[in-house]
Amino acid sequence: MVSPTHFVALSVILFVIGAVGVLARRNAIIIFMCVELMLNAVNLAFVAFARVHGNLNGQVIAFFVMVIAAAEVVVGLAILLSIFRTRRSASVDDANLLKY
Amino acid sequence: MKPGMVLAAGMAQETQSLAFWVLSVASVAAALGMVLARRAVHCAVLLAVVMLSLAVMYAMLGAPFLAFVQVIVYTGAVLMLFLFVLMIVGVSSRDSLVETIRGQRVAAILVGIGMLVLLSLIIGNAVIGPAAPAGAGFSSSNLQDLARLIFTTYVFPFEVTSALLITAALGAMVLAHRERTTPKPTQRELARRRVLSSQPTPLPGPGTYARHNAVDMPALLPDGTPSTLSVSPVIARRIELSTGEFPAPPLETLTSGEVVPSDDEGRQPSEDSDHEGARW
Repeated sequence: MVSPTHFVALSVILFVIGAVGVLARRNAIIIFMCVELMLNAVNLAFVAFARVHGNLNGQVIAFFVMVIAAAEVVVGLAILLSIFRTRRSASVDDANLLKY
Repeated sequence: MKPGMVLAAGMAQETQSLAFWVLSVASVAAALGMVLARRAVHCAVLLAVVMLSLAVMYAMLGAPFLAFVQVIVYTGAVLMLFLFVLMIVGVSSRDSLVETIRGQRVAAILVGIGMLVLLSLIIGNAVIGPAAPAGAGFSSSNLQDLARLIFTTYVFPFEVTSALLITAALGAMVLAHRERTTPKPTQRELARRRVLSSQPTPLPGPGTYARHNAVDMPALLPDGTPSTLSVSPVIARRIELSTGEFPAPPLETLTSGEVVPSDDEGRQPSEDSDHEGARW
C-alpha cells in the first residue's frame, strides 16, 4: 500500500540530490538541470499533499510552479548563452569579472 | 470505466505499489547519475528519466492533467531547450575537475546529508494523513475542476503569470540578441571571395574503396597520399581525439605504406590522375 508519505519521502530524496548537484557541480547547464530537479521534487510534494487534503489547490500550485520554471529556464539559458558567447565557457568559475 | 479512471486512482493497490517502487528506484538512480555524470548530455537524458517517472507518479496521485503537462512542458519543451543550448555550447562539454574552492565537493555532500537528515526528521514527525477519498476531481473531471480553480480563485496569479511569461520571452530575446557589426555580405561578394580563395571548387569527397565506403576514409591523391581535405574536420577531430592521429585509408590500398597526410594538398596535374586513380 502506497501512502502519500511515500511520495513526500521520495520528493525529499530528489530535492536533496538536486541541492547537492547545485552545490557540487561546476558546469552552469548542469547546475540548471539540478535546479529543475529540485523544482520537480517540490511539485511531487505539492501533488501528494493535494491528494492528502482531497482538494485541487496543491495541483494548481504545482501547475504555477511549472509555468514559472519554464520562464526561469528561458531567461537563465539566455544569460548562459550570452556568457558563453563572451567567455567561451559554460563553467561558473569563469564568469569572474565582478570579483574584486 | 471512464477513460480518466485508467490514469487516475483506478489502479489496483498492488499495481500501484509496484509502479511506485519501480519508478522511485529508477528516478532516484537517475537523479544520482545526473549528479555524478561528467558529460552534460548524459545529465539531460537522466533528467528526462526522472521527469517521465514523476509524470507517471502524478497520474498515480490523481493528477492526470499535470502528468500530461509534465510530459509536454517539462520533457518536451524545457528539456529540449536544454539540449539546444548544449548543442550550442558543445555536446562534449565536460565539468572541470579542478576545485576552485578547496573541499567544495565534500562540503556539498555534508550539506546534503545534513539537509536529508533534517527533512527526514520533519517528514517523520509530521502526521501526513492517508489519502482522502478521491472525488471526481482526481479522475474524470480533473481538467474541469482545475480550470474552474484557476479561473476563479487563482485568476489573479494566473494573470500575473501571463505578464511573467511575456517578460521572460522579451528578456530572452534581448539577452540572446546579437547586433550585426558588419554589413551582411551579398551573393556577389561571396562569389568573389570564393573565386579569390585557394579553394574555389568543392572539397574532395571521402574515399570509396572495395571494403570501405564510410565518410571517415580519406580519399587518396594521385601520388598515393591521403587527402586531409576529403574528411570533414568534425569527423577528423573526433578520430584524432580517440586514436591520436588523422584518419588513414585502409592499409591494403597503399603500396608504399606511407600513411602520412599531405599538408600541401596541392592540385596535382590532372593528366596523370585518372591513370593513377585507376590503380586504386
